[in-house]
Amino acid sequence: MGIGEYLALGSILFGIGATGFLTRRNVLIQLMSIEIMLNAVNVVFVAFNRFMPSNHMGQVFAFFVIAVAAAEAAVGLAIVIAFFRLKKTVVTDAGDSLRN
Amino acid sequence: MNTSGLMLFWVSAAVALGSAVGTISMRNPLRAAVSLLIHILSLCGIYLSLKAHLLATIQVLVYAGAVVVLFIFVIMLIGPTANEQRAPRAVGTRILGAVGALLSTSVLAFTLVRHDAQLLPIPQCPPGAGAECGQFGGVTAVGAELYLGSMVPFELVSILLTVAIVGAIAVAKGKTTATSPKNEGPTTPEGAA
Repeated sequence: MGIGEYLALGSILFGIGATGFLTRRNVLIQLMSIEIMLNAVNVVFVAFNRFMPSNHMGQVFAFFVIAVAAAEAAVGLAIVIAFFRLKKTVVTDAGDSLRN
Repeated sequence: MNTSGLMLFWVSAAVALGSAVGTISMRNPLRAAVSLLIHILSLCGIYLSLKAHLLATIQVLVYAGAVVVLFIFVIMLIGPTANEQRAPRAVGTRILGAVGALLSTSVLAFTLVRHDAQLLPIPQCPPGAGAECGQFGGVTAVGAELYLGSMVPFELVSILLTVAIVGAIAVAKGKTTATSPKNEGPTTPEGAA
């Protein structure tokens, strides 16, 4: 078994996350889709690290991606709360204050 | 890779794909959050099949322990309006977008799956090595790489997390302190927008 299965799994998961981000209108589901995409990238990083096991740079990079994803989730959910307080909904179509 | 490793990979990959599809297709955000939790735990199995033990632990701690709980807190805070109303006019573009994204992704996946670079043997510690020689994917080895090789990015990440916490508090707090002590009534202030 080679690295191809892991790369295919990562790309399919990234595609699922991108599809969810582009097609859903719920901000919470969109944030979850972003998490799925970041996790797909992490799978590819760790797979490449396993296929070159002389150092751990891929796993360290995946660690940084996890840290950035945690920060992104915290700030994103705070923005969702502020958006809900303003618009009383979590549908992204309601965020059109700059249109007029 | 032995048989148990292969089984771990295929079962985890199937569960990861199914729960990812469930996350983006559930109408109730709470069910989507639980599906995301299953997705993250199955990715933990993927990491274990790649012998990244420390990263699998961090995945459970950070994602299942913090991020998903944060999502569920926000869903509970928002309440029943978190459920998405069906928008009938967007169905056509939604189907078009989904088909386009899945088509390009499957082309990418079928191209990538042909790469069959084989697994290299994991370098083992020499027989007389001390405790500083860590196992692949373990705490000692990854920690040495993290603190010795990537010191400056690690400190930058700590600054990033501090700024994110302060920013999240500042954004989520809003301007309620100026208005809420004055009016006791349940009516919302008109000038919120």
